[in-house]
Amino acid sequence: MKQEKEVLKLDQLCVHFPVRGGVFRRAIGSCRAVDGVSLSIKRGQTFGLVGESGCGKSTLAKSIVGLVTPTSGSIFFQGNELNSNLLTPEYRKSVQMVFQDPFESLNARMTVGAILEEPLVIHRLCGKHERSKRVAKLLKQVGLPESAAKRYPFEFSGGQRQRIGVARALALEPELLVLDEPVSALDVSVQSQVLNLLMDLQDQLGLTYFLIAHDLAVVRHISDVIAVMYLGKIVEVGPAKDIYANPVHAYTKALLSSIPIPDPSAKKKRILIPGDVPSPINPPKGCAFGNRMNSPNYLTSVDQELKMEKVGAGHWVLACPCCVHL
Amino acid sequence: MRDKQDSQALLKVRDLSVSFTTDEGEVEALDRVSFDIARGEILGLVGESGCGKSVSAFSVMRLLPRPMGRITNGKILLDTKDLLTLTKEEIRKIRGKEIGMIFQEPMNALNPVKKIGEQIAEVFLLHQGVSHRQALDLAIGMLDEVGISDPANRALEYPHQLSGGMRQRVVIAMALACKPKLIIADEPTTALDVTVQAQILDLLQNLQKKNGSSILLITHDLGVIAENCDQVCVMYAGRIVERASVQTLFKNPIHAYTRGLMASIPRMDGIPKNKLMTIPGIVPALSQLDQGCRFAPRSGLSHPVNSLQRRPPFKEVASGHWVEACPVCTKI
Repeated sequence: MKQEKEVLKLDQLCVHFPVRGGVFRRAIGSCRAVDGVSLSIKRGQTFGLVGESGCGKSTLAKSIVGLVTPTSGSIFFQGNELNSNLLTPEYRKSVQMVFQDPFESLNARMTVGAILEEPLVIHRLCGKHERSKRVAKLLKQVGLPESAAKRYPFEFSGGQRQRIGVARALALEPELLVLDEPVSALDVSVQSQVLNLLMDLQDQLGLTYFLIAHDLAVVRHISDVIAVMYLGKIVEVGPAKDIYANPVHAYTKALLSSIPIPDPSAKKKRILIPGDVPSPINPPKGCAFGNRMNSPNYLTSVDQELKMEKVGAGHWVLACPCCVHL
Repeated sequence: MRDKQDSQALLKVRDLSVSFTTDEGEVEALDRVSFDIARGEILGLVGESGCGKSVSAFSVMRLLPRPMGRITNGKILLDTKDLLTLTKEEIRKIRGKEIGMIFQEPMNALNPVKKIGEQIAEVFLLHQGVSHRQALDLAIGMLDEVGISDPANRALEYPHQLSGGMRQRVVIAMALACKPKLIIADEPTTALDVTVQAQILDLLQNLQKKNGSSILLITHDLGVIAENCDQVCVMYAGRIVERASVQTLFKNPIHAYTRGLMASIPRMDGIPKNKLMTIPGIVPALSQLDQGCRFAPRSGLSHPVNSLQRRPPFKEVASGHWVEACPVCTKI
């Protein structure tokens, strides 16, 4: 079975971007993209993160790989706290990212071999001869022929390119892979090939995944733990089966009910959410979702400090008076 | 059965072939595609990218890029009018008035430097001969109908001031302004979040019921098909491989491609972490298509020579259930 060792822990992580205005471009406000997120990912797990666009999913992913500096809060990797200004080469090696769009995330002027060698060169891991051997092994791992190394990204289809993206992320033998919408740009029949590849690699290499996706069926299929994010905050987190079988937060319920089900005889009750995700620059004073739903209890949530409460084994929910009825 | 459908159908597409001139020579994007849309019905076109879904829609609107795209064969009948024989001026009178179109990416479908009220009003000005003031009032009425709050003030805003879901509502307002008989919706919710997708599809269904129009709904999402359509056509590499009512298609898919497509999506009631079924290989390039069964190379089944050389006939296997009858791909 899986080891219960913690790979990554976030504690009250915040990423606020300054909003500039006026003649001198002074900060006149802040955009709270990620607002106090705490979570923990165990080794060998797939941690799925879902939410609407603009809720801060990608910013959270970027702050984990060090592309964005958190404003406050801390990141612990294998028990050691990282100083956000001092991301060590070891950390950068152990945490790698796969991007959403395989057409834009590969350098069109480099051969696939050069793309896969680049991380090895940057981290000065091995000599030239050794590198080409590693490249051949990586290509084999993701199911591409060795001859692919001499070709350019445009010669490959979307699914094959995403395999190259995965191979590049694996080049440094990382612990944790951050997958930002890895299959959303792919066709349905190719999507399942890449998902199977990701599941196989996890079994073989004992990888830990932090998966962001908007397709809730995909997330359900490969995740162990799922977190639901809304306007920079995690509103519910728990084991995948609990989240789908017994969602507690009103947002989780509504989100799950809006997935179209490929079965015309399935009768179900849809909870329509009016409007869009509010702007994180000027968020509502109380519970952001209660405000969007015009919940009658919204006023009771204004100016309250909302806390996560436990509702089951490993299942936590942001206890807001208008969205959670325990 | 076919004849009966024929007489009721609002739109009849018969043996439509489209080719494009590319660097690799002439490629055939559609190969003798036929389908009907009855009045008040929602027909779904489903398939992967490059299978010809959007080309079908653009052909009906006569919006194929010129001079690369050409309709080489077939008829498109709206009621009794053959859209392919109309002049430019005549087809312009039909676009927006009798056929409305909703595009995939609302930001690209709207003019970024014009107020949204003006953009909707344009439809009324063109087709209903009303004054500018009246057209603006009608536009505000449309914005209200598609569920935009405070329409009078919203009409003065520019597309960039709206969210993705609101922009798509504006595009719908434009498409439905003249209460067209047929609405073509080309991936109307692909660029949107699931929650907003649910809102938009709900809105589209309500307006369709209210106006009694027909919809040609193009999507790659089988979930959207199952929840919104009456009839479905499954397309693969420029051809329709299966056509049936939505219940029949999901209960009893016959073509190997349809079955593969359905099996390869993760299901909400499936077993997590199970290996997903896959369709090996990729969608073939249009320049490398065969005359015979086009799914043969990816089906994993060995095909006899004659089904690789000649196009399998399109057969009715049960009432209203049509399939491209490749003997190998349709054997269950």
